[in-house]
Amino acid sequence: MKTHDVVILGAGPAGLSAAAELKRLGHRDIVILDRESQGGGIPRHCGHTGYGLLQFGRLMTGPDFAKRLVDQVSDLDLRLGHTVLKLEPNGRIQTTGPNGPETFQAQKILLAMGARETPRSARLVSGTRPWGVMNTGALQQFAYLHGKAPFQHPIVIGTELVSFSTLLTLGHVGVKAVAMLEAHARITARRPADWVARIAFGVPVLTGCSEFTIRGQGKVEGVTFRRHGRERVLEGDGIIFTGQFRPETGLLTQSHLELDPGTRGPVIDQLYRCTDASYFAAGNLLRGIETAGQCYREGKSAAHAIHAALDDTLPASAAPIRIEATGALSYVYPQRLTGRGPYDPLLFKARVGEAVKGTLRVLADGREIWSRPINALPERRIAWRVPAVDLSNTHHLTIDLTPRS
Amino acid sequence: MTDTNHAQVVIIGGGVVGCALFRRFSMSGLRPVLLEAGGDILSGASKGNSALLHTGFDAPHGSLELSCMQQGYREYLAIREKLNLPLVKSGAIVVAWNDEQIQKLDEIVAKAHANNVGEVTRVDREQLRKMEPLLSPKALAGVHVPGEHIIDPWSAPLAYVRQGLAHGGIVLRNCRVTGGHFNGVWHLETSQGEITADLVINAAGNQGDIIEAINRPAPFKITPRKGQFVVFDKPAARLVKAIILPVPTERTKGVVICRTAFGNLLVGPTAEDQEDRIHAAVDEAALRQLVARGVEMLPGLANVDVSAVYAGLRPATEFKDYQITAQPDRRWITVAGIRSTGLTGALGIAQHVAGLYAASFGRLNEMEPIWTPVPNLCEENTRPYQSPLGADIVCHCEWVTRGEIVAALAGDFPAGDVGGLKRRTRAMMGRCQGFYCSAHVMALAEGKIAS
Ligand SMILES: Cc1cc2nc3c(=O)[nH]c(=O)nc-3n(C[C@H](O)[C@H](O)[C@H](O)COP(=O)(O)OP(=O)(O)OC[C@H]3O[C@@H](n4cnc5c(N)ncnc54)[C@H](O)[C@@H]3O)c2cc1C
Ligand SMILES: Cc1cc2nc3c(=O)[nH]c(=O)nc-3n(C[C@H](O)[C@H](O)[C@H](O)COP(=O)(O)OP(=O)(O)OC[C@H]3O[C@@H](n4cnc5c(N)ncnc54)[C@H](O)[C@@H]3O)c2cc1C
Repeated sequence: MKTHDVVILGAGPAGLSAAAELKRLGHRDIVILDRESQGGGIPRHCGHTGYGLLQFGRLMTGPDFAKRLVDQVSDLDLRLGHTVLKLEPNGRIQTTGPNGPETFQAQKILLAMGARETPRSARLVSGTRPWGVMNTGALQQFAYLHGKAPFQHPIVIGTELVSFSTLLTLGHVGVKAVAMLEAHARITARRPADWVARIAFGVPVLTGCSEFTIRGQGKVEGVTFRRHGRERVLEGDGIIFTGQFRPETGLLTQSHLELDPGTRGPVIDQLYRCTDASYFAAGNLLRGIETAGQCYREGKSAAHAIHAALDDTLPASAAPIRIEATGALSYVYPQRLTGRGPYDPLLFKARVGEAVKGTLRVLADGREIWSRPINALPERRIAWRVPAVDLSNTHHLTIDLTPRS
Repeated sequence: MTDTNHAQVVIIGGGVVGCALFRRFSMSGLRPVLLEAGGDILSGASKGNSALLHTGFDAPHGSLELSCMQQGYREYLAIREKLNLPLVKSGAIVVAWNDEQIQKLDEIVAKAHANNVGEVTRVDREQLRKMEPLLSPKALAGVHVPGEHIIDPWSAPLAYVRQGLAHGGIVLRNCRVTGGHFNGVWHLETSQGEITADLVINAAGNQGDIIEAINRPAPFKITPRKGQFVVFDKPAARLVKAIILPVPTERTKGVVICRTAFGNLLVGPTAEDQEDRIHAAVDEAALRQLVARGVEMLPGLANVDVSAVYAGLRPATEFKDYQITAQPDRRWITVAGIRSTGLTGALGIAQHVAGLYAASFGRLNEMEPIWTPVPNLCEENTRPYQSPLGADIVCHCEWVTRGEIVAALAGDFPAGDVGGLKRRTRAMMGRCQGFYCSAHVMALAEGKIAS
């Protein structure tokens, strides 16, 4: 069997930007695998604008952005309709597709399988299980890939940024949501998104809703919930659970790679390298949702690490320094540092579950080496650089966010 | 249907019991007509159960339920290969978690032996640890029942119906029986007009007493007993081999942990009486309790995502045993109260009812069986996505191919609604619940099923 230099799993923004960058760095023996019949990932079915400004210098729709990404690597080996079934140690994977079962062997593999929203089931939402309950990703495919409206009077649950993409998507097929319901006291997306919902889309936004119960037999009939201590009933023929993105780790949970319960993605080091040094990871697979631009940049950075790895100039990944998130942080990544340093300034990314004001600190074996006051919101990524420090005798880094009392 | 809308035998209800009856009577050449209110078969209790093929080791001794279960069990094993139905030979362990439960284990073994279920033995803590190393150390002892197995709860009844169709039976879906009268012949009012029959079999599950009232004041009342489940994603199926059963209490067999034929893992069911005969709703508090109980028994579950949740309604009556009787003068057979063992019992129930028929209404012939194998959905056997000829996967979580979906929508007995399509293929039933594939699946189904 042939050993490829690089096999990339997932032709979304992260995988395709990595492919383009590897090509720019002189690599040609690259195979990109994607299970869909078109490359581009999520933007393929995200028919509204919101993409490409930083990468291609103009605001474009998802499908245009997806096409640009694919066109950039048109001379590389992009194999569509190929589903990766299994990840094995040392850069070997099992797939199936038009040619039947295949095994690919690569020096380095980039995992870029993206993220998806949490469905009603994993949210443990009460009620019956009628047809018409879905996530935004599915709705977008109905609307933008098939020109179909699966319902006429849906109720939108959640107020993340993607929830407003839901309203745009509904508008595309001439549907207006009955209401947007949010569990928290304030909306998740940055204000004034609720003004946009109300004014541009004419959709009421209700915050502080709890105890959702889905109603309907066969088809959705509505939802009941509590608000201000009272039970309310909203009628509707569809329910869209938006956001709460989680990495698409169906393959990883059954593999040898270590996962981080915080991000739900693979554990990586500062070089995007997984716990098996032949695997790298980038994009939303790392932690759920960020913008396509962020995923694009990560793909590029991972490409540089892979380039160095193929040149054998990356530090060994043995005896890593573990990094742990504590306090109000839901997670931090990378989850480990490899090599003995000296490091470039270290880039950390983290998120909080609830809005917090407090002090963000980095501790090396318990000793503070960096701190900064911070005002963190759940919808906003926290990213910061820690100047290069000598960590040669360090075993453990703790990243802590203690709320100000 | 025949031109005259007349049938020798009408079966009301296309649950697993109705499907097995349909197969039995079709194979006797009676050309029965199965009437199902839902858009597809399995619209009631039979769409949401634990999918266990029981030995009857803990069933009431001497009951009709026990004999039907054991007959059903034997017949399933005898015909399953010809119908391409799976059998996951997991075995079960009844696990005691405290001293009080340990006290009951000998009784369980004795009952199993009295019920003629062999190879049932006590296992101590050490043996338990060896058999199921990932079970919580709080598991103290158990009873091993090697004959308990896992099957595919949807493909089995589908295979029964297909075999019945091959033998000349007729199935009418979206056909709800609303009333009727008897004047030597039954005149049933249905949503598709009047249907007359020489004999009616009531297999209406949770509507059993309401349908019975067409014939006579129902001598039983159905009070649906809801069971909620949590389905954990594929990695969970590697945590345990056997079905983990609790020591039974008076009300229910309690919370079970078991793999599914599809490679996932179930924790459930609850047991909650309700008046509503139609809506099987889940509720967050109960689901959270199931997750917590699952993690307590099998700690590795803490790291596995929930992929699906569901609930089923057991057609329970005030009696423990099945309510199966023939009323020869009324030309009516009642098959009701098939509460919590109907998947196992169905084929045995059909044999028993055939016996009642023969005793009261006339001889039944045995035709040479025509075998109608169904597509395999079981992860233990080869699935279409593994074909050396190539696969076009549409549902990426359960690895369902385009070919499987197209096939389920075609032929002489296509899926009748979205639920039916899901049960026949597993499309949209995995961890993403249709995020990636529902638009694609529904495009394939367009014009073929009502959505
Ligand atoms: C509804 C919605 C609206 C959005 N709107 C915007 C916006 O306006 N602007 C913006 O910047 N961002 C937006 N985003 C976010 C943006 O689309 C994502 O951040 C970006 O697509 C992530 O890129 P990725 O490469 O990490 O993953 P993805 O785009 O998800 O790509 C992953 C690819 O991997 C493939 N794959 C997965 N598993 C396998 C497997 N086992 N075998 C083979 N292939 C596999 C998939 O088919 C897919 O093509 C939106 C996202 C959503 C869901
Ligand atoms: C939580 C749970 C777990 C279980 N676990 C197991 C298990 O592990 N093993 C096992 O062997 N058994 C199990 N069972 C039991 C098994 O599922 C039931 O015994 C079985 O499904 C009963 O089947 P049925 O055909 O009698 O009823 P149903 O499946 O309810 O069938 C009745 C049918 O009649 C139709 N109908 C109703 N009214 C009308 C009308 N007026 N006109 C036309 N059609 C009508 C309904 O739509 C329905 O499809 C479980 C049950 C539950 C609920």
